[in-house]
Amino acid sequence: MTLDPAAKLAIDIARIRKDFPILDREVRPGVPLVYLDSAATSQKPAQVLDAMRDYYERHNANVHRGIHTLAEEATAIYEGARAKVATFVNASSPSEIVFTKNSSEALNLLAHVLPFGPGDDVVVTEMEHHSNLVPWQLATQRTGATLKWIGLTDDGRLDLDDLDRVITERTKVVSFVHQSNLLGTINPVDAMVAKARSVGARVVLDCSQSVPHMGVDVQALGVDAIAFTGHKMLGPTGIGVLWAPLARLEEWPPFLGGGEMIDEVTMAGSTWAVPPHKYEAGTPPIAEAAGLGAAVDYLTDVGMDAVRVHEHELTAYALEQLQSIEGLRIIGPPTAEMRGGAISFALGDLHPHDVGQLLDEHGIAVRVGHHCARPACLRYGVPATTRASVHLYSSTEDIDALVEGLRQVKVFFGA
Amino acid sequence: MSVDSMYQEIILDHYKNPHHKGLREPYDAQVHHLNPTCGDEITLRVSLDGENVADVSYDSEGCSISQASASVLTDLVIGRSVAHGQAAYDAFVELMQSKGQLEPDEDVLEDAVAFAGVSKYPARVKCALLAWMAWRDAVLQAAADVSGSAS
Ligand SMILES: Cc1ncc(COP(=O)(O)O)c(C=O)c1O
Repeated sequence: MTLDPAAKLAIDIARIRKDFPILDREVRPGVPLVYLDSAATSQKPAQVLDAMRDYYERHNANVHRGIHTLAEEATAIYEGARAKVATFVNASSPSEIVFTKNSSEALNLLAHVLPFGPGDDVVVTEMEHHSNLVPWQLATQRTGATLKWIGLTDDGRLDLDDLDRVITERTKVVSFVHQSNLLGTINPVDAMVAKARSVGARVVLDCSQSVPHMGVDVQALGVDAIAFTGHKMLGPTGIGVLWAPLARLEEWPPFLGGGEMIDEVTMAGSTWAVPPHKYEAGTPPIAEAAGLGAAVDYLTDVGMDAVRVHEHELTAYALEQLQSIEGLRIIGPPTAEMRGGAISFALGDLHPHDVGQLLDEHGIAVRVGHHCARPACLRYGVPATTRASVHLYSSTEDIDALVEGLRQVKVFFGA
Repeated sequence: MSVDSMYQEIILDHYKNPHHKGLREPYDAQVHHLNPTCGDEITLRVSLDGENVADVSYDSEGCSISQASASVLTDLVIGRSVAHGQAAYDAFVELMQSKGQLEPDEDVLEDAVAFAGVSKYPARVKCALLAWMAWRDAVLQAAADVSGSAS
């Protein structure tokens, strides 16, 4: 990834923060919020909230059903959001963008429709979010295929020495995370894709933590499908995205059945609508699409390179500051190279619950637990971690507050 | 609401120096309980002697609240009747569900009254309850085994 240092100039933190009303609130009287849990969900700018309100106040109707004015406006908003998302990830056509409920649903969909069976292998990695692990566990159990995984190195990277052993002629699907929500690691997509292609396997990329934080170009990635989720990219909850080339969406069978996804229906059987509608059974998340479209506009205005540079610098600063605290151990890559802004750590022997509770006392919101990546926690010998994570509105002041908070946690527990 | 109401001195003492920790023989039942949202775990053994609790031993990993709670629990139940332990369990569960509205009975709960403040933090109630749920599960199994083999 090449970063344009000039892009940084575009980020005016003070101006951006004004767009996020929640960043102004106090957690308790006199205790301002320091939000460092953006990897769990991002905050939403007023532009997103306005778009959703405007949709309900002025345009609310069901989509693709009816010819009255509101129905046409609602359809235009919904399909317009699809086109914005397509441009955002450089898809060749809006028809390649399927709206789902979230990343998890998109990944479940893929685990259902990709073809594999007895004697075949599906490969994941040890750093997957449960949403990119459990669907494949279920699917391999159901079909009689075998689930295999690539292990991790001590510094939080994929163990590429495992590639030749794990990915073989039997491998039909390789599904892995672009940027880890637990470790922050950005994975080497090119090396993984090259290996998968050499054995003819399909490649799925979980972009839940990458699309919100860096420019992602689906055509450059060279994978067969990606999944991401609206609520981590300044959009609302309740909407996610599956991207796959049109040819794949045409070739794979349907997932959920219902209204909108059909072409012709008789009591004896049905035929399917063309993609993306084939994968969108029932009334879709219309207001959420309006919100996601506004979120994509917002990110595009700021510029994803600028977002990436800002977060990269913040991550480097945070890693350096955190590691100046005695007894603090980073779980994941210790430097900002090929890494995003989700930083997990252990503070001595203190349990993350205790750390998180005391930070909350200072208004600092971090996440504690296994972050839906329990196997990776087990790999690093920790039951749970404390995780701080940033987004475009995060500032060095947020990091300073965290570091000061952690020092006070240590004093409190005499650690 | 201040965090000091949760992290009472008694709790921090039990956390730093847990009582009766470690797994011991003999035992009549062993259970393993897990808090899937935060990864706290406990393996707990109960050894009964007729109507009495001869020993409760455990190995656990987790936050200060879950660790202190296990320690306090063992103080309350070891060497006493199963019925007494049951009463303590009921009182503790009621206290944890009280959202800080209950004045705990020190005669029944002893050091466990220090957990009253925890009940104001919904996310932490399950930490405090982990060892107690394991204890109840184990004692039911042990009692079933003991009565089963006696008849
Ligand atoms: C890497 C990764 N994959 C998948 C998900 C699942 O996203 P969602 O809960 O929106 O389906 C998340 C977020 O929690 C994530 O961080």
